[in-house]
Amino acid sequence: MSKAVSALNGASFEGFVKVEETGLRGMITVRGDLDGAEMSAAVKAATGAQMPAQRKVVSGDKGVVAWMSPDELLVVVDYAEVLETVATLTTALASSHALVANVSDARAVYHVSGEGSRDVLAKLAPVDFGKDAFGAGDIRRSRFAQVPAAVWGNEDGSFEVICFRSVAQYVFDLLKVSAARGGEVGFH
Amino acid sequence: MLTLQCPYCGVWAEETELHAEGEAHLKRFGPGSSDDEFEGYLFMRENPKGVHFERWRHSNGCGKFFHAARCTMTLQVFGTYSAQTLEPPQDIKDKISAVQPNWSWREFS
Ligand SMILES: [Zn+2]
Repeated sequence: MSKAVSALNGASFEGFVKVEETGLRGMITVRGDLDGAEMSAAVKAATGAQMPAQRKVVSGDKGVVAWMSPDELLVVVDYAEVLETVATLTTALASSHALVANVSDARAVYHVSGEGSRDVLAKLAPVDFGKDAFGAGDIRRSRFAQVPAAVWGNEDGSFEVICFRSVAQYVFDLLKVSAARGGEVGFH
Repeated sequence: MLTLQCPYCGVWAEETELHAEGEAHLKRFGPGSSDDEFEGYLFMRENPKGVHFERWRHSNGCGKFFHAARCTMTLQVFGTYSAQTLEPPQDIKDKISAVQPNWSWREFS
């Protein structure tokens, strides 16, 4: 087995906010009937979390579940646990029409933290990042400049940005430019 | 800038988060149809100055297709609605009629 590495191997940048690639992380795309009892049982078994409401992110003792669309979830767990979690979900959803796909190595994740994080994000995506419109536990899929990405808010006021691994460098460069000293906006 | 609410994820998405997907409510004519029907299905499109029904896709978002009713002249958006339908829902038609009582579009009015 070759040693797994994340897209940018934990690269980080310190501007007026801090941007860090989070390194290896287990991510599983789950599609199916989110209203079904089997799906909520599967999510509970895999992460310990409840089914998230529309555009919400919920954490459990074993992982995090994000609402991606009316029939899609993103399950986030430790990278070392991902195969086990895939097996748990696949077993729990065996009798329903559903898909469970390990996408851990197909995505890149960035942690954006510090005063002005909302400004850094707002420069890149056509999204209202006001405190009343977007907060902890909210997830929003959108575009960052020219590529699709998703962002969610953490309890400590920081944000996670997820993009496709193929555009990992592009998104990191975007965040760096947006967070560069001298580019403070002070709007949010 | 056009802003539409995606009926699937509830997001008020501005135009660059969406992709225009042509005319709404097209009926497919495939094998067994007449040449005229097939030509109409492939090529004949409405291009109204006024009330129009379109398909959009929330491409940089939840990925779902949905329908939008709007006026190409005033740019007023009457509403968006599910793609799982063959015709505009009554509440959308009522909203249009409130502003433009004599509107018609293909077989709808
Ligand atoms: Zn949507």
